[in-house]
Amino acid sequence: MSNKLINWFRYASPQTFYPLAGRMIPWFWGLAAIFGVAGLGIGFLLAPTDAQQGEGYRIIFLHVPASWMSMFIYLVMAFWAATGLAFNTRLSGMMASALAPTGALFAFLSLWTGALWGKPMWGTWWVWDARLTSELILLFLYIGFIALQAAIDDPRRADKAGAILALVGVVNIPIIYFSVKWWNTLHQGASVSLTKAPSMAAMMLWGMLLCALACWMYSIAVALMRVRVIMLERERHTDWVRALLAGRE
Amino acid sequence: MIHWNSLAEFLAMGRHGPYVWGSLLVMALLMVAEPMLLLQGRKRLIARLRRQYRAEAAERGQAAAGGRSTANGSND
Amino acid sequence: MKPRHKRIALILGGLAILAVAATLVLNAFRSNLVFFFSPTQVAAGEAPQGKSFRIGGMVKEGSLQRQPDGVTLRFVVTDTEKDMTVAYKGILPDLFQEGKGVVAQGKLAADGIFTASEVLAKHDENYMPPEAAKAVGDAHERAAANKAAAEAAARTTRP
Repeated sequence: MSNKLINWFRYASPQTFYPLAGRMIPWFWGLAAIFGVAGLGIGFLLAPTDAQQGEGYRIIFLHVPASWMSMFIYLVMAFWAATGLAFNTRLSGMMASALAPTGALFAFLSLWTGALWGKPMWGTWWVWDARLTSELILLFLYIGFIALQAAIDDPRRADKAGAILALVGVVNIPIIYFSVKWWNTLHQGASVSLTKAPSMAAMMLWGMLLCALACWMYSIAVALMRVRVIMLERERHTDWVRALLAGRE
Repeated sequence: MIHWNSLAEFLAMGRHGPYVWGSLLVMALLMVAEPMLLLQGRKRLIARLRRQYRAEAAERGQAAAGGRSTANGSND
Repeated sequence: MKPRHKRIALILGGLAILAVAATLVLNAFRSNLVFFFSPTQVAAGEAPQGKSFRIGGMVKEGSLQRQPDGVTLRFVVTDTEKDMTVAYKGILPDLFQEGKGVVAQGKLAADGIFTASEVLAKHDENYMPPEAAKAVGDAHERAAANKAAAEAAARTTRP
């Protein structure tokens, strides 16, 4: 048992994680490309027309993966924030910081694609219903997290402050997810959930799941890239970074 | 197998073309821009750190050279 | 700017963003947590009086009609228990259809007609090709016909 623990902490040290992440990044890019091509191909070339919405429904292949990622990345970020507060590991704070901009990107894309979908279908770009409002708050939480960390010079203190904000904001995630159940919203209910069979034709579902997988792989690749940059920046006074940059790379 | 009969039909997306392509275009642009910006930032950081390390090494070198030369901090 | 001033400015900026976010939450949750009222809720007097609000429900089959003035549309919104007539001048969204969901914003006039200033379509979470949708619709019709036939049979056989 102690062996495993030591191993885990070994990988949690930036010095060992940095090259490991570097080796993993190309694989995640490759997977992202494969899933992306497959998902978009199915979604935009093969999937049938929707009976209600015609061809415009194809925004679902972008909107749903972006929305899922915006929520999921926040949960992962909060997880790293919590482990950072609990165990005071250096890697945790760096991972949380590396995830925030990608989460903000997906929250923005969720709102953007949602607006472009709402206009032709509902008849409006935006309404202040519980689903749309709570997703907007998610974007503000990401921006607040990034701004708060940028405002504090000492990285360890920035990590702590950011972690507290991330953990407080976690209440928003179930609010987003269940908003369409708890309140009357213009936004429709979930088409895909763990508790019931998906209410989508199989081809549409596959296209959407593959696009979502592509976004997962993309997020991992980008987060690993960013965490490597953060590691170099924060550990610039250590011997391992000096040795690394003295080399060819 | 392919759902569309012509390229024009595909591009039109049944009157919803601007909405569908507006979504895809912005999403694709941002998802290309993010890793590009990261690569650029990484390059700049590495260049900055290397300069800094060289400057420190030069300073140390001068300090080691001791009283012989005046350590005025100039380098390169 | 000194680093300390920069830090203070950034913290103030962060607080401002949080304040804006909090205001949005409170505002949204105060007035819009109930995004729309059903005709039953309106009938029970739960909707705000003399103020603009939204009603939501299904557009009743066969209820959409153009008024003699040529611009005003009238349709009935129903939640299967209560009905409400809506009058609207303007363009209806693509997905507006009889038998489908709708959300309308406006005021309740004294004559009980809801005068809408905005009409939005609310669609469901089902996505399927037209053939599948037709099959589902036909199945529903058959089920309804069967039920009606069974009820009629029950009535006739009952003494």
